[in-house]
Amino acid sequence: MFEYAPAPESRDVVDIKPSYGLFIDGEFTDGAGTPFKTVNPATEEVLAEVATASQADVDRAVRAARKAFGAWSALPGSERAKYLFRIARIVQERSRELAVLETLDNGKPIREARDVDLPLVAAHFFYYAGWADKLGYAGYGPDPRPLGVAGQVIPWNFPLLMLAWKIAPALACGNTVVLKPAETTPLTALLFAEICRQAELPPGVVNIVTGAGETGAAVVNHPDVNKVAFTGSTEVGRIIARSVAGSAKKVTLELGGKAANIIFEDAAIDQAVEGIVNGIFFNQGHVCCAGSRLLVQESIAGDLMEALKRRLSMLRLGDPMDKNTDIGAINSAEQLARVRELSDIGEAEGAERWSPACALPERGFWFPPTIFSGVAQSHRIARDEVFGPVLAVLTFRTPAEAVEKANNTAYGLSAGVWTEKGSRILWMADRLRAGVVWANTFNKFDPASPFGGYKESGYGREGGRHGLEAYLDV
Amino acid sequence: MTTSLADVASSNATLRAFLHGLPGVDRVGADQRAAMLGTRSIKTTAKAGAIDLAIRMVDLTTLEGADTPGKVRAMCAKAVHPDPSDPSVPKVAAVCVYPDLVAQAVEALGSSGVKVASVATAFPSGRSSLEVKVADTALAVAAGADEIDMVIDRGAFLAGDYVKVFEEIAAIKEACGPAHLKVILETGELATYDNVRRASWLAMMAGGDFIKTSTGKVQPAATPSVTMIMLEAVRDFLAMTGRKVGVKPAGGIRTTKDAIKMLVLVNETAGEGWLDPDWFRLGASTLLNDLLMQRQKLSTGRYAGSDYFTLD
Repeated sequence: MFEYAPAPESRDVVDIKPSYGLFIDGEFTDGAGTPFKTVNPATEEVLAEVATASQADVDRAVRAARKAFGAWSALPGSERAKYLFRIARIVQERSRELAVLETLDNGKPIREARDVDLPLVAAHFFYYAGWADKLGYAGYGPDPRPLGVAGQVIPWNFPLLMLAWKIAPALACGNTVVLKPAETTPLTALLFAEICRQAELPPGVVNIVTGAGETGAAVVNHPDVNKVAFTGSTEVGRIIARSVAGSAKKVTLELGGKAANIIFEDAAIDQAVEGIVNGIFFNQGHVCCAGSRLLVQESIAGDLMEALKRRLSMLRLGDPMDKNTDIGAINSAEQLARVRELSDIGEAEGAERWSPACALPERGFWFPPTIFSGVAQSHRIARDEVFGPVLAVLTFRTPAEAVEKANNTAYGLSAGVWTEKGSRILWMADRLRAGVVWANTFNKFDPASPFGGYKESGYGREGGRHGLEAYLDV
Repeated sequence: MTTSLADVASSNATLRAFLHGLPGVDRVGADQRAAMLGTRSIKTTAKAGAIDLAIRMVDLTTLEGADTPGKVRAMCAKAVHPDPSDPSVPKVAAVCVYPDLVAQAVEALGSSGVKVASVATAFPSGRSSLEVKVADTALAVAAGADEIDMVIDRGAFLAGDYVKVFEEIAAIKEACGPAHLKVILETGELATYDNVRRASWLAMMAGGDFIKTSTGKVQPAATPSVTMIMLEAVRDFLAMTGRKVGVKPAGGIRTTKDAIKMLVLVNETAGEGWLDPDWFRLGASTLLNDLLMQRQKLSTGRYAGSDYFTLD
C-alpha cells in the first residue's frame, strides 16, 4: 500500500489581515456598509472581515476612476504596457502567496491554484500588455479609443483569474476600472490591490469595492460607468441585461453552461477519461464551461464507465492545502445546498447515482465526485447547471445524434469532442453551437484564445484579439 | 484467450487488425497526465517507504564491454548489502549482466535471494538471426540466469512484420524454460506512443512475463509517459486475459525523485497490485546510490558526501 503522507503547503507565506477595507483612488479606505466575514470553505474558519461598499462608496470609486481616466487613456500604449508588464512580473514573483491565499479563501486545491490559476493570471497580464501599444493593428481602425470607466463584477470560482480576464484588457485599452469581487472570495482581489500599489499604478486606475449583490448592482447601475463586464450566473446576468438596457453602456456577459463532452468510440480512451475528469471535477466542477454532460457513444459506454469509475476511485479529496489533493471544498454552504438539491432531484428523476468510496472531512463544505448514468435529456441534471462535481452521462449512436443532444440546451459555452479522426472533429465543430469547442482536450485556456458563449451562456468575447473589442469604442 | 490469441498471431494481417484496433494514445494528453503525476509530493513516512520499496525493485545493472568478473562480484556484494554500514537497507531485486558473466553473478549471490538477470538476443541492437538469439538465451539460462531481458526486432516491428516479432518472442520464451522473460521494446526507437502500446500488447500476447522500456543504450529511454502507457497496457491485458505482466522502466532513472515518480505512476495507473518487485522493476546502475543517500538523509537529517557510498 502506497499512502501519500500529508504534504501541506505552508500558509505562513501569506499574511492575512484581520480586516480589509476598500481600495479606492489608490488608498485602502473603510466602507460605509456592514462588514462581512469571509471563511475558508474547507474548515469554516473565518479568515478576515471585509468592508461592504455602500452606494456612496461606489460613487467615490467611480469618481476616482473617472478622474484617473483622462491621464491614463492619454498615456502612450507603450507606457500603459509598462505597468501591465510590471503587474505580471509581480504576480509571478508573489505567485506562491497568491496561490495560497486563493486556496484558503476559495477551497480549490493548491495544486490547481499553483499550476493553473496563477500561471494563467500572469499570462493574461503579459498578453494584454503586449497589445497596449498595438491597438491600431487589432482590426478596429488606426486609433481605437477606450470606453471610459468599466464596472466589473466577477465570480468566486476563479477569483484572481477572472480579475485578470477583466482588468488586463480594460487597462491595456486605456480604460479605468471599478471591480467587485465575489463576496465569498474577496481576498486575492485585495492582495491584487496591494500589487497595483507596488507597481505604482496611478491612483484610481484600478478600484476594488467589496460587498454582496447590492454593491454589485451599484457598480453595474452607476450612471457614470461606460462599460459593464460580468461573469457569473445566468440569473444575475439577466438582471444586469435588463438594468443596462436603454443605456449607452457596452455589456459583456459570461454566464452559465452545460457543456457536452462527446466521446466517440475511436477516441484515445485513457486520455478521454482524463479529459472527462478534468472537464467536470477540475475546480470541484465550479467552472462555467465544465463538461457536465458526458455524451458517450453506445458501443464503448460500458467499458468507458468502468474506466471512469476506476479513475474516480483514485481522486484524492480533502485538505485543499495538501499538494496531493485533487478535489477541494465546495465554495460555500449555499452552493453546497444547491449541488445537493440538484443531485437529489437527479436521483428522484430516476438516474443512477454513483460516487467512489471517499471520506468527507467533518468540517467545511464537501461533496463527493458524483456520476449519474441513465440520464435522459429531460432530466433536470441534464439541463440545469449544477456548478459542482456532478456528471450526467448520456449515450448516443451516431454523430448526428451527438450534435442534436449536445445542442439541445439553453446554454452554449463550450463543448468537447474526442476522436482520433480529424475530419470528424471539424464536422462536429461546424455543427456544435458553443463558443469553445475543444478537440481531444478540455478546460484548456490561453490568453490568446477568445472565450464566450452562445444563447444563455452570454455574449461578448474575452481573451485574444477579440477580447479587446469589449473595451474599445468600436 | 490463449486460443484466440493464437488465431490473432496467425498472420500479419490479423495481428495488424488487432494491434491497430487498440485505442489510440493522444500524445499531448498522455504527456500532460504523466507530468501531472510528476507533481505528487511524496514526503516523510511516504518517502521513507517509497525509498525502501524502490531499493527492493532495483535491477542493479552493468552492461559495459569493459565489465569484468571482479566488477560483477563487487556489484553482487552491493546488491545483497547495498549499504554496508546499515543492515536495515533491503537487498535489491536482481543484478543484470551480460550472458558470459552470469556464472560469476550466480556464484557471488549464492542463496541471498537476489535474482540474476541476463540480457540476451544480441543485446542491445537485436540484429542477428533467431538461431543466434536462441543460443544466446540458452547460454545465459544454462549459466543459471533467473531472468532473461530480450530485445525485440524493432526493424521488423516498424516494417509491420508483427508475426516475426511475435514468433521471436515466443521462441525465446520457450528457450527460457523456467526463467522469466522480460521483453525490451526499446521505446526510444518506436517513435510513437501508439507503437509503444501495440508493442506492449504484442510482447504480452507472445508470452513475455515483463515488458521493459529500453536497453539503456538509446535515448529517450524510460520516460514517465512511456512507462505510464506500458502500465496501462498491463492493466488492460490483465482485465482482458486474466494474466498479469510486470513492467520495467530502464535507462535514465538516476535520482530518488525519478524513482518515486515511477512508483506514483504505478500506484495511480496500474494500481498498487504492481507495487511489488515481482511486478515492477527499476533498471538502473547509478540510482541505487542516490536512494541510499536520500535514505540516510531521511533518517539522520544530514547528507553524506558521495564518497560515503560505494562505487562499484
